Amino acid sequence: MMDAAPRDFKKFTRKSLPRVEALAQGHRACQGCGEVLALRMALKAMGKNIIVASATGCMEIITSSYPQTAWQVPWIHVAFENAAAVASGIEAGRKALMRKGRLQKQRTTIVAMAGDGGTADIGIQALSGALERGHDFVYICLDNEAYMNTGVQRSSATPYGAMTTTSPPGKLSIGQYTWKKNVPAIAAAHAIPYVATASPAYYLDLMNKAKKAAMIKGPAYLHIYSPCPTGWRLAPERAVEISRLAVQTNVFPLYEVVDGQYILTKKIKKPKPVEEYLKLQGRFRHLDKKTIKEIQERVDREYEALVQKAALAEAEEESTEEAEK
Amino acid sequence: MPKRVGIEVSLAASEAACAADVDVIAAYPVTPQTHIVEHLSELVADGELDAEFMSVESEHSAMSACIGAAAAGARTFTATSAPGLALMHEIVFIAPSLRTPIVMVVANRALSGPISIWNDHSDIMAERDCGWIQTFAENGQEVFDLIIQAFRVAEDPEVLLPVIVNMDGFTLSHVIEPIELLSASEVSEYLKPYNPQMVLDPKEPITMGPVGVPEIYTEARYQAESVLNGSKKVIVKAWKEFAKLYGRSYKPIETYRTQGAEVVLMTMGSVTETAMTAVDRMREKGIEVGLMRFRLWRPFPVQEFRRAVKGIKALAVVDRAISFGAQGGPVCSKVKSALYGAPEQPQVFGFISGLGGRDITVEMFEQMVKKTIRYAKKGKGPMYELIGVRER
Repeated sequence: MMDAAPRDFKKFTRKSLPRVEALAQGHRACQGCGEVLALRMALKAMGKNIIVASATGCMEIITSSYPQTAWQVPWIHVAFENAAAVASGIEAGRKALMRKGRLQKQRTTIVAMAGDGGTADIGIQALSGALERGHDFVYICLDNEAYMNTGVQRSSATPYGAMTTTSPPGKLSIGQYTWKKNVPAIAAAHAIPYVATASPAYYLDLMNKAKKAAMIKGPAYLHIYSPCPTGWRLAPERAVEISRLAVQTNVFPLYEVVDGQYILTKKIKKPKPVEEYLKLQGRFRHLDKKTIKEIQERVDREYEALVQKAALAEAEEESTEEAEK
Repeated sequence: MPKRVGIEVSLAASEAACAADVDVIAAYPVTPQTHIVEHLSELVADGELDAEFMSVESEHSAMSACIGAAAAGARTFTATSAPGLALMHEIVFIAPSLRTPIVMVVANRALSGPISIWNDHSDIMAERDCGWIQTFAENGQEVFDLIIQAFRVAEDPEVLLPVIVNMDGFTLSHVIEPIELLSASEVSEYLKPYNPQMVLDPKEPITMGPVGVPEIYTEARYQAESVLNGSKKVIVKAWKEFAKLYGRSYKPIETYRTQGAEVVLMTMGSVTETAMTAVDRMREKGIEVGLMRFRLWRPFPVQEFRRAVKGIKALAVVDRAISFGAQGGPVCSKVKSALYGAPEQPQVFGFISGLGGRDITVEMFEQMVKKTIRYAKKGKGPMYELIGVRER
């Protein structure tokens, strides 16, 4: 049996949720922001003995407008594409100082965080470099599937068919014409000890993965689904619902890759049709039956490929009727 | 007393970083800087330097990692050259704003295109306004000393700014020179361990690099400008202290045979030594010519410069980069603006030469001086001219 976690790993339960908050209230996120929700959960799981290096993006601007800050842990922002490189420098600096006796020896979790643009597009080189060098850090990609901070432009993580301001549907266009880049697979290809996907609708799963990522020595990569009601043309109160639907339709499957071994952490017994997921979002409103069918086929195929890779015995089963409350 | 050894200047630069006991080096190979990071990685591999050597995947990440390491409280060093410096550009501007006292050696090289690995100053002139302290070395000894001094100045609590030490690619980086190398213990009297003022520490959380809204951005830039200008007195003091301990004196502007000179050549970097030969030769012929060199380029030493030009009739300013479309070179433009409104204003004539590895010979310097004398007599000359260019 595959053991994803270090020996002293203890799962959070509904009754043992940490009270600690690294991110204060009063930040400037939009109503119903799923990204800040996901971020808060991940941070709660990792505790306060952390240092965060943030990429430019929504999370950066909503938390750090000088002279205010929402950060109750040490936090640094340098630029858009280099969160992984900055985090690797912090880790290396502390390592040298501890070795030279100028910093008390202790393990602090170094976290790099960026959106999908800062991860899948402009930041992928810095990410790859930091993963390859084997720094002891956690990289969190908060994936809201487009450049939301600049006004909803497409990224390579934008799903097929989605409308964004730079993938508009038109006479000659269905919207985004490329399929979502599989960044967790790219991270896993670096043979790092831990890769996981997570969704804020499954908060215990998300928090346990974040905790595990922080405890594991070496690079860990977390790819977190982060609904953006503003950019997706979604009702703000439906952020959690859409996060759950993404998992239940297999659009965004939850899994871990531990030392190269894929493990499904949420197996969907009877997946819901993808159309149920698409129809709640204005960004997919223009899609015709043919395109929806195409998306359904692709989702089925990709999920099947994932199942093939995964050790099925490890998966916890869930029926779509009894969703996690 | 330290012994003088014959050593390649790049290796001496590495030895300086080693003597400064740096904690983190993050660098990417780029000609002609490569020997610096090669030798540093050797020193780390052999256990002679206790540091993290980060072999990063680009210069962009090199500077990003340096910022992270410095923000964590580590003494941090890197080295680069033209294309690498250009790739770093965005992050180079952020380092002073975060008050991270990184020291970077730039082995000056021409920017593309056409691609050229050879020496000029176009790489650093593109970063002229980046907010770092910037010095130019004339020879290998100066490279070594400027690096040691750079850490002391950068980490001064009144400064906390990154420093660039410029050294000419190949003509310095790949040349073996006699250099007095100071050991870590010899340096320790001058350079105390880094005592960072602001560190990323879970015990005392701080927010670094926040959003600067319009209500705050101007003030942040004003602060960056004030601290850079204010760093000059710390630099001068650090140089005086260095002279006391090790016997080598450094000033923002160096002069050579300027006494009674009517025309003065102005240079930066290693061509200065060729220019000295030209001055000696012309002085022998009775031409009253001298030489002036900027060691400190940013903050620009305007008062020292105005004092230094007193009694001089004409300046021949040598640029090793073109400021495209601006009718001149960046050094000449700065010289002219520094003199505007000054009580004494020599005539200024600009010469651009030594681009992309082409030598500036003694004869070319003589040519510049002769032209300057002629133009000065007439009271006018071209705004600038390229010396040694073939037009056909």
